Amino acid sequence: MDIFTADSIVKRFIHTTALDRVSLSIPKGSIYGLLGPNGAGKTTLIRIINQITAPDEGQLFFNGKSLSPDHIRNIGYLPEERGLYKKMKVGEQVIYLARLKGLSKSDAQAKLRNWFEKFEITDWWNRKIEELSKGMQQKVQFIVTVLHEPELLIFDEPFSGFDPINADMLKNEILSLREKGSTIIFSTHDMGSVEELCDHITLIDKGKTLIDGPMENIREQYRTNTYEVGFQGDPERLKTALNKHYELIDTTREKDLFRVRIRLLHHTTDNELLSLLLPVVHIVSFNEVYPSVHDIFIRVVKENKGK
Amino acid sequence: MNKIGLIIRREYVTRVRKRSFIIMSIIGPLLFASFMVIPAWMAMSEDQEVKKIAIVDSSNLFMNVIQNTEYLKFDYLYNTKLNDIKDHFREAGYYGVLYISHIVASEPNSVVFYSDTQPSQATTMYISKAIEEYIRDQKLKAYEIEDLDNILKSVKTRINIRTIKITDSGQEKESHTGIVMVVGYAGGFLIYMFIFIFGAQLMRGVIEEKVNRIVEIVISSVRPFQLMMGKIIGIAMVGLTQFMIWVVSTFILVSIASSLLFPELNMTPTETVITQDIMSAGTVENQPQAPSEEMTELMGAFAALRNIDFGVMLGSFLFYFLFGYLLYAAMFASIGAAVDSETDTQQFMLPVTIPLILSLFVLINAINNPDSSIAFWFSLIPFTSPVVMMARIPFGVPYWQVFLSMGLLVATFLAMTWVAAKIYRTGILMYGKKASYREMLKWIRHG
Repeated sequence: MDIFTADSIVKRFIHTTALDRVSLSIPKGSIYGLLGPNGAGKTTLIRIINQITAPDEGQLFFNGKSLSPDHIRNIGYLPEERGLYKKMKVGEQVIYLARLKGLSKSDAQAKLRNWFEKFEITDWWNRKIEELSKGMQQKVQFIVTVLHEPELLIFDEPFSGFDPINADMLKNEILSLREKGSTIIFSTHDMGSVEELCDHITLIDKGKTLIDGPMENIREQYRTNTYEVGFQGDPERLKTALNKHYELIDTTREKDLFRVRIRLLHHTTDNELLSLLLPVVHIVSFNEVYPSVHDIFIRVVKENKGK
Repeated sequence: MNKIGLIIRREYVTRVRKRSFIIMSIIGPLLFASFMVIPAWMAMSEDQEVKKIAIVDSSNLFMNVIQNTEYLKFDYLYNTKLNDIKDHFREAGYYGVLYISHIVASEPNSVVFYSDTQPSQATTMYISKAIEEYIRDQKLKAYEIEDLDNILKSVKTRINIRTIKITDSGQEKESHTGIVMVVGYAGGFLIYMFIFIFGAQLMRGVIEEKVNRIVEIVISSVRPFQLMMGKIIGIAMVGLTQFMIWVVSTFILVSIASSLLFPELNMTPTETVITQDIMSAGTVENQPQAPSEEMTELMGAFAALRNIDFGVMLGSFLFYFLFGYLLYAAMFASIGAAVDSETDTQQFMLPVTIPLILSLFVLINAINNPDSSIAFWFSLIPFTSPVVMMARIPFGVPYWQVFLSMGLLVATFLAMTWVAAKIYRTGILMYGKKASYREMLKWIRHG
């Protein structure tokens, strides 16, 4: 079941087409990575999901129903460019923004108190935003995003501006939100955290979808038949054993343990490689190297550039 | 509460709590009250001190010519040279020395008043009038007209023009051109000021939200139009609150001050009119000396103030204030949305400031000549009508003109808001790009 579907979205600006028939389906309960180089159209897409702007063409569905202002309550958005009213007090401000989302005053107050206790920041209630450090402001901003317990959360570069401790805390919060049933759209350039958190990704560039689907499928699709072999023995012997069906990518050494990465060419199999190496060196480990999201990203965007 | 209501409330509450609002609410009435009370008080208190003035008359013509009043006593010094008294008139107990040279009849600048303080205008006017009249009488006498003294006495009638306006219903109302002008000017100027102050506040608010990027969070919850209108209305209510505070506290302050400083003014309207009638029609000889000319003026002004229809004034002020502000607010909001910082606003301010400043110029014309064609046209044009029409209303304006002007204003406000909403919607999400008029036109066309 998809919580959100976009079907052939087109958005044109005066000089450019920001989105050109972009489609996506976001499964309920997933952490969905929205990737793409700068200027790819991610922000425009996020704004369309948030109903900040309307698409020129295409259809949007939330829980199977045509997206409407009633759904604003069910969506939480943390923009990349953070912002709060600097001169407004923390408690007052969060409650105001929650009420704009449609929460009642008493509801908002009760929920906010819980979050403040959880983050141990109860004494900030009457402080002005401008008196807080940047990290503290980020925490407040996070609470603003999640306070109304939306079904769909959109985080645009959520970790920027956080120190490692707070970033970790935030990561755990995101995971626990998913546990509780929220779906998360996660837009970032930090490929490490995509690798760690996302189970689905989509990659858009120049307003077009280049990749879309579950992480395993994509890794499968972009695997390069590369294996990493850990061994003890003479690396020169290994090198001479390899014939033209194998490409040695690199070798690293850790005391008497060597690691090589080998790409299989011409439909050779991993078993053939193993049997070739077994008589030559003492094999300690053997596993396939999947491409990192980082590698996939670069490869796909580069290929797209050529077009 | 619906969303636009929440926005209005936030705008209102955060602004009314600001220190600057509270300071303005205190300083404003103090300033206005002192503008009204201090000049009157100074004019009166000056005359309450008895001043002795020495007269050195080298023409020997003016013995007993300048009569003493309640507060001005004149000493005609015989056989005294100016230099004998000029340097030590203080020690002799004089407020000043009046020197009349012997060529006074032919040379108007030959009367000099020496004093170590600036004499009031009332004092110098009293003296010059006495001398003028005496010289004129003497010159008339040279024609040897029979029974001249009696003729002169009977022609010296003091006139104080009272203007009685007959209203449509046939009622007679006493008006006082001076005070009507002041009320008209004050009304127009207040609107001008409020549009500028609160329009600029709105613009800064829009820029602040854009620069802070909070706007993106807010418009993920409400439509940009709701945010814009919420801000505009919220700030309008701040303006109205400020105005109400000013009016009420100024009124209280002036009432307290006037009852303390001028108990004479607390007469009933009929008493005022009666005393005024006696004073204006009686010949000089019959006139009681006590109430000075300023007092007469002041009492007349107060009587006229009572006769201005404050219901109509307040009603039309609120209308023109509200819609004048709303019209300009839409423009200020779209400027705020189009720029990235306050320094960038200057290039777009011209279309806003020019009609406003123009209306201030026309305002001055309109209070002097409320039915001139300039005043007429500018009180219909929506960009100037709030200020100019306010100046004309105290003088009485035909209903059709008022309603036409109001209708045009409302229509223009609606059109302007429609355009502004388009600029606003696009502008608040544009960063880094310098907006131009051409760019804004595109936003309107494509928005």
